[in-house]
Amino acid sequence: MSATTMRVIEFRDAVREAMSEEMRRDPRVMLLGEEVAQYNGAYKVSKGMLDEFGPRRVIDTPISESGFAGMAIGAAMMGLRPIVEFMSWSFSLVAADPILNNAPKMLYMSGGQFGCPIVFRGNNGAGGQLGSTHSWSVEGLFSNVPGMKMVIPSNPYDAKGLMKTAIRDDDPVFFLESERVLSIRGEVPETEYLIPFGQARVARAGTDCTIVSFGRLVHLSMEAADALALEGISCEILDMRTIRPLDAGAIVRSVKRTGACVVVDQSWSFGSPGSEVAALVHRECFDDLDNHVHRVHSADVPAPYAYDLEQEYLPNARRICEAVRACLYRA
Amino acid sequence: MATSEVSNKASQIPAASKQTRPEIAFETAKGWLREMMLIREFELRCMQAYQDKKIGGFCHVYIGQEAVAVGCVAAVEARDPIVTAYRDHGHALARGMDPKHCMAEMFGRIGGCAKGKGGSMHMFDRANNLFGGHGIVGAQIPLGVGLAFATKYEDEVINAGKSDRVTLTFLGDGALNQGSFHEAMNLAGIFDLPVVIICENNGYSMGTAISRGTTLGHAISEKAAAYGMDGVVIDGMDVIETYWAMKEVVDKARALSRPAFVDMRCYRFKGHSMSDPRKYRTREEEEHYERGDPISILKVHLEARGLSEDDFKAIQRDVRTVVKSAVEWAENSPIPPMSDLYRDVYRERWGPYTGSSQPEMLGGGENTCDFNAIDPKADLL
Repeated sequence: MSATTMRVIEFRDAVREAMSEEMRRDPRVMLLGEEVAQYNGAYKVSKGMLDEFGPRRVIDTPISESGFAGMAIGAAMMGLRPIVEFMSWSFSLVAADPILNNAPKMLYMSGGQFGCPIVFRGNNGAGGQLGSTHSWSVEGLFSNVPGMKMVIPSNPYDAKGLMKTAIRDDDPVFFLESERVLSIRGEVPETEYLIPFGQARVARAGTDCTIVSFGRLVHLSMEAADALALEGISCEILDMRTIRPLDAGAIVRSVKRTGACVVVDQSWSFGSPGSEVAALVHRECFDDLDNHVHRVHSADVPAPYAYDLEQEYLPNARRICEAVRACLYRA
Repeated sequence: MATSEVSNKASQIPAASKQTRPEIAFETAKGWLREMMLIREFELRCMQAYQDKKIGGFCHVYIGQEAVAVGCVAAVEARDPIVTAYRDHGHALARGMDPKHCMAEMFGRIGGCAKGKGGSMHMFDRANNLFGGHGIVGAQIPLGVGLAFATKYEDEVINAGKSDRVTLTFLGDGALNQGSFHEAMNLAGIFDLPVVIICENNGYSMGTAISRGTTLGHAISEKAAAYGMDGVVIDGMDVIETYWAMKEVVDKARALSRPAFVDMRCYRFKGHSMSDPRKYRTREEEEHYERGDPISILKVHLEARGLSEDDFKAIQRDVRTVVKSAVEWAENSPIPPMSDLYRDVYRERWGPYTGSSQPEMLGGGENTCDFNAIDPKADLL
């Protein structure tokens, strides 16, 4: 990275750069969704793309998630490589049939005849006092379905490299952004790079406890690790980057060294990436563990509106610290 | 239920809307007769095999509606994509799928069009531009709109030419009240997509008569106006009429790159599925339609032009032989190897997944490259 020119850009810019570069490279790639073109994107991720690529490739759709998701899947079966923006993944639930019943199963159901090279992307997780219907974390719900891949970047560098990989991937990719990270800034090189799926990043090296985390929660885990360092606890933080495929090797290698594992996942606990990681660690690291895997999730209730309740509902640095201390018998 | 409640009769189409048509070449029409008889025979043997428990799951036969698939397929080009719902054997055969691969799919064998992974409701045929066979009512309609989006995008945006393909998207009248239908109609209209959305209106969504579940059930073509497209009523029991009327609709859709909606009047002679005792309709009603059997209608037409009873019997023998050998072929096709369980989940190999491959019907072989690729003239880096 040092040999190339680095710039500091926002997460949303990184996603846009990835989409634009891939659209310049491959005419089959196009972007569609609500307000992506003339409005420049509800969250400005697609800002300026209409000007560069025109209305045939950057396409405003009506509010019709089930319809336009299904339309994009049909187009992908035919050979296009659509990027579908959901303004929020919360709105993708009305498109559950196309995105869960069609896209991930098309290759299997057709006996290998039709793939579905498509990217679904948008904001995932609580945006801030939006109430329960608007605050979905879809990781647990959707990652349950074989045939799909799920990406959850935490920073601009990863967002760009993973988005480029997602667009070139021949399988359907669910790309989870977060309203809360779109404005964070980070170094991104000028030169092209791709980040392969299924390779976790060590966000912080440590020796006492492995924290397995996803997307925005990597930042909260870092905050918690700073606080725990003052107590003499050294945390190793894994930024998983992708949920499917999950980099099981990275988790196992780390836990075998630290002997302790806390998983931080903003979906509900029941049937979630967090429970999957816990099962994996208990299976593969049973004799290395000094305690069972501790888990930090959103509270097992619908997301509340009231500010203080929502703060307590979501995983936060305090809850992560409590889980690490409990896991290390330091509570 | 009284017969009078059924409001989708082809015979109720105003005579004025049926024009004097040019004559279809005798051999062409005879070919359609054979195709319709092949579908009929195929479905009869499916019913038998289902009762013998050689076919599992659900099985929805196309008997009575043969003229629709045959007439519609004849009205388009081979390069025009087609997508349909779960009553799909007729479309697959009309599109040119070898009956042995279709039957092997019914039997859940590796020689099936989808290697035994799709079953009765999920017939796919890449070589013949058949994009399924889809099991969820209405789910295929946005997909069909997407196929039209893609052909137009490829022709106009990538290849800088003129949109030149039309997609046929079939649904049953039971799908008229799914959100996906209305969303897809709106998208097709707003994006000027060359897609003909054909409602095979057999009067019943499973056991519910159209008048009980659908507004304007007697005139569903009027729904098209809400989406700014033509709505056309077509007789789906008389294949010659089906062909000519569809050809007009398809030619216009192709020329103008615009969608259209078709109320295709037809009737399914058997139940919704194999387990349906048909208590929601009268025997009198069924007999009324059976007198208008699409195969009989075409047979009478051809007899007036010289088709002899011997000719008809020869076709009958031919299709029986073809379907019988398809059944034998299917029975001899191996059950899928257990190693196929984890194949075709993802394109690439990782974890327990073993990549993907094409079915025997398409020559087999691993999917190693981008097999969905359309051929953009612009250079890829």
